[in-house]
Amino acid sequence: MIITLSWLKDHLNTSANLEKIIDKLTGIGLEVEGIKDSQGELSDFKIAKIVKTEKHPNADKLKLCEVSLGENKHIKVVCGAENARDGLISVYAPPGAIIPKTKMKLKIAKIRGIESRGMLCSESELNISNKSDGIIELNNRVKDIGKNFFKSKGEKSIDVSITPNRPDCLGVRGIARDLASAGLGKLSSVKKAKIKQIFSQPIKISIIKEKNQGCMSFGACYIKGIKNKESPKWLKEKIISLGLKPISAVVDITNYVMLDLNRPLHAYDADKIDKEIIVRNSKLGENFEALDGKNYQLKNNMCVISDRSGPLGLGGIIGGVRSETEFETNNILLESAYFFPNSVRKTSRILDIDTDAKYRFERGIDPNSIKEGLEAATNLIIKICGGQASKFSVAGKSSVKNRVIQIDNNRFKKIIGIPISSNESKKILNSLGFNIKISKKNFKIEVPSWRPDIYEDVDIVEELIRIKGFDKISLIHPERTRSKETLSFKQKLFHLSQRAVANKGYLEAVTWSFTDSRIDKQFAQGKKEIGIANPISSDLNVLRRSIYSNLIFYLKKNQDRGFPDISLFEIGPTFHGDKPGEQQTVLGALRSGVANRKSWDSKARNIDVFDVKADVIKTLIELGVEESDLTISNKTQDYYNPGRSGCINLKSINGTQLAFFGEIHPAIVSNIDLKEQNVCGFEIFIKNIPEPTKKRRLIKKNYLVSEFQKSERDFSFVIDKNYKAGDVERLINDVDKDLIQKVLIFDVFEGESVPEGMKSIAVNVTIQSMNKTLLEKDINEVSQKIINVIKSKTGGTIRS
Amino acid sequence: MVDLRELIQKVSQAKDKSELQILKTQFLGKNSQINQEFKKLGALTEDERKAKATSLNNEKKKITEAINYRLKELEKSEINKKLQNDKVDITLPARERPNGKIHPVSQVIDEISSIFSEIGFSVAEGPDVETEYNNFTALNTPENHPARDMHDTFYLHGNKKILLRTHTSPVQIRAMLDGKPPFKIIVPGRTYRCDSDQTHAPMFHQLEGLHIDKDITMGHLKGCLDYFVKEFFEVKKIQMRFRPSHFPFTEPSAEVDIGYRLENGRIIVGEGDKWLEILGCGMVHPNVLKNAKVDPKKFQGFAFGMGIDRLAMLKYGINDLRSFFEADFRWLNYFGFDPLDVPTSYRGLSR
Repeated sequence: MIITLSWLKDHLNTSANLEKIIDKLTGIGLEVEGIKDSQGELSDFKIAKIVKTEKHPNADKLKLCEVSLGENKHIKVVCGAENARDGLISVYAPPGAIIPKTKMKLKIAKIRGIESRGMLCSESELNISNKSDGIIELNNRVKDIGKNFFKSKGEKSIDVSITPNRPDCLGVRGIARDLASAGLGKLSSVKKAKIKQIFSQPIKISIIKEKNQGCMSFGACYIKGIKNKESPKWLKEKIISLGLKPISAVVDITNYVMLDLNRPLHAYDADKIDKEIIVRNSKLGENFEALDGKNYQLKNNMCVISDRSGPLGLGGIIGGVRSETEFETNNILLESAYFFPNSVRKTSRILDIDTDAKYRFERGIDPNSIKEGLEAATNLIIKICGGQASKFSVAGKSSVKNRVIQIDNNRFKKIIGIPISSNESKKILNSLGFNIKISKKNFKIEVPSWRPDIYEDVDIVEELIRIKGFDKISLIHPERTRSKETLSFKQKLFHLSQRAVANKGYLEAVTWSFTDSRIDKQFAQGKKEIGIANPISSDLNVLRRSIYSNLIFYLKKNQDRGFPDISLFEIGPTFHGDKPGEQQTVLGALRSGVANRKSWDSKARNIDVFDVKADVIKTLIELGVEESDLTISNKTQDYYNPGRSGCINLKSINGTQLAFFGEIHPAIVSNIDLKEQNVCGFEIFIKNIPEPTKKRRLIKKNYLVSEFQKSERDFSFVIDKNYKAGDVERLINDVDKDLIQKVLIFDVFEGESVPEGMKSIAVNVTIQSMNKTLLEKDINEVSQKIINVIKSKTGGTIRS
Repeated sequence: MVDLRELIQKVSQAKDKSELQILKTQFLGKNSQINQEFKKLGALTEDERKAKATSLNNEKKKITEAINYRLKELEKSEINKKLQNDKVDITLPARERPNGKIHPVSQVIDEISSIFSEIGFSVAEGPDVETEYNNFTALNTPENHPARDMHDTFYLHGNKKILLRTHTSPVQIRAMLDGKPPFKIIVPGRTYRCDSDQTHAPMFHQLEGLHIDKDITMGHLKGCLDYFVKEFFEVKKIQMRFRPSHFPFTEPSAEVDIGYRLENGRIIVGEGDKWLEILGCGMVHPNVLKNAKVDPKKFQGFAFGMGIDRLAMLKYGINDLRSFFEADFRWLNYFGFDPLDVPTSYRGLSR
């Protein structure tokens, strides 16, 4: 809502200056979003002289004008006006200026290949008149070249942000009332105009009683014999000052009353109404041409104002072309009605129409302002356009009873924390238009009809503190106590895993929860796609089913920027259904590129599955999982390279799934067109990390170390290559759990001297007893057992 | 008699360890003069023998000392000689050790959680996909309420029953339905609005706060936020202004501005002639409590909501909201935090 100081002063007797008013507005919840010269953008328009015109080289009807703003400022402008000629003084609009008629912002443009910096304007473009043939001619203003075309009156306009609960402040008077209540002046009383009303309103108006009827009441006045015209200057200026466009006196007056009193009105050309007005629900498929120039196909149950031929307007939203007033209009029917917010809102949403009337009705205007609106507008119309007014007619409910709220005397203090006196409460509420009866225990408060937002006692409390001022509330310092743990186990894991992975060289990314379905489906593992009905763009159209979907996209972007060796991770939700809760927290990490790229002392090598394996295992251990509980298998997902990826389960191969890791499937890497082809990653499923029954630090086992000599033995087996290193490791570990302390595989190879289908695998085994020094004999015994077990279980033989 | 002086001089002039070894054999070995002297002791009288033995032992000791001394000297000079030739170009690049970083949003969530933890708030969570009921209706924003216009909502289906939460406030409802009062929670999380331009992202982060008990007033709300803002921005003095506003789920409602000034184009929070809106808050509307099965006659309290990304931008001088979500290596490296930089209350939020 834009207001000007002078308009505000029509309703508010105040000596406060602009700054004070702005402060107060913000202080009482009518936030000031901006202040500008009421002329605002109009100060861009300068008086200028065409120094020289030439024909446009590429267009017969266009001219190339050299425009002077005085001194040495010469500007080249392309102009199509016939009257553009050497020496003409006209109005120039620079790039950046907003053309009042079209509201378009000018840009430096190339017109048929020639750059044009701004334009020369016609009267119509500046909303001065309808004259659109040719640019403005100002031949007597040689002295003013370079000066502003529009005179600034020094008037400021204030842009106030009105919250949806305050429709009453969508009129200047409502804002004035709030300011008066807050002590910034006195609300002036409304002058009753005397209108001669000698005949009855001749057009029959009926509101059909039906379910979902959107209209509560329809007040009207018939004014005959008017002469519609352009509005007088004061009215035009007012309309422009609040950002609207003057049209004709009749329309401008209805707009003026709307902006002044928050009372939307509509004027029909009465001669165009087919016999009578019927307010009814629309029928499916009815057609209606609205004043915005669009044709609307109506659905069932929209509130239409119709005559016998069909819809004339959508109640509370927009009028129609068929009954539009024109300069030639002689007789009008003025409508002042109340439409239910729900009805207006539903209809306008379905048809996607936004108008000033709709904006007000859907928030709720004063149902008891029907006559007030008719009076104000009729008075002005007769003054400006002449004519004779009928008596007012009202179909439907003529007024609504005001709500009464009871509020306990202590309620204010209980909620706000500080007391307020009865006197102060009374003063504030009265000044806002409430009637109040005070008794010992409570207040009985009658809510004015223009305040649809006040329903119960807390609403009254808000009104009181709003006007009294939030700065009056004394603050109570919080106590530094804690009765509950701040984070749950899973929440701690979230933060811990973040830092654990970052500590391994990964950069944390935060990406959208939605993603491109074309990428997502490659990681979806057959899960159902979760589409967004109204995505922000077609490449962010589904909820991500995998943490990789966005991560790999951004990995590519970074590669494309010239950063091939990169490690990214994200921890966040992935979705497996479209219901609340069908999501889980996953930590996903991706690495690509080369380790030791361009190193003076280490050999460069591709990042591979064993890099991410190290990262994921270390992370899981840091999250509290016992290393010995990590069971690794190759049961992975489709989006990994099947031969170079793994799955980590808890305790056994079928245990809880903790993580996947591996190289991303080469087909996906090539689909996404990653420059650096080796991309590896891991995913950790936070919900599957087991929660220990006791705190980690409290469940350390007894500290047991052996003080006896330890021995190491190396073995080299040749075994069938289908046996995994992990199998060999487990078999050896199981040989003697007391004596075998550690098994380390330190070499694996095929080919060379190793027979086809076999591989050589070298193992280092640490043997140590907790209670004695082992003799050579004991160690040899264990070694022999190891050799035997490998032989019997795998057929593998020891290499000599 | 051994010429002790001569021997010691020879030892001290030994050129290297092998020469020293030869000298050692020569002076102290089986065939050394001193050894010969020892052998002769048997032929002497007891008194003579004693005196001679003592003097021989003394001589032997002195020679040994001289040899050991020379040995140390030689070793030292050998090391020094080796070091002379053992020099690397220390300005060569170190081996690479990649640096990971924590995203500013995560860091700020940690900071905020630490601050509110001190005054007894615990962290609650809720799903990103929500029902229209929890996101709006239960929060006193019925269908066709104009306040719904302020939230450009992503829906999962045409029927608009399931959506991506537009704020973290539905977690209030979940938390209250899930437990019994009192409630004292903060809720950091992802929120979504289908709005995208320079200053709006379709996904952003909010922090919800809720404190419900028997006598929680607006005074407590003010105190809580005053504490938070000072701790978060790590300044002792900060101007703060509560402005009346409107949210359907609180009554009274307020927006909170903090004072700032501009220095070289950077926002300095604290005192100054400008105001910056940082959060919305208010006393929880009785209808919300009713919808969450909390008796508004017995319990009352406050709620607040703030943009985490915006707080991060303000505190750490980040200009562009969209850059938060673009995973640009350079940006993450620059604005990200070291993983060891864990905000805590006792060590301080920032290192």
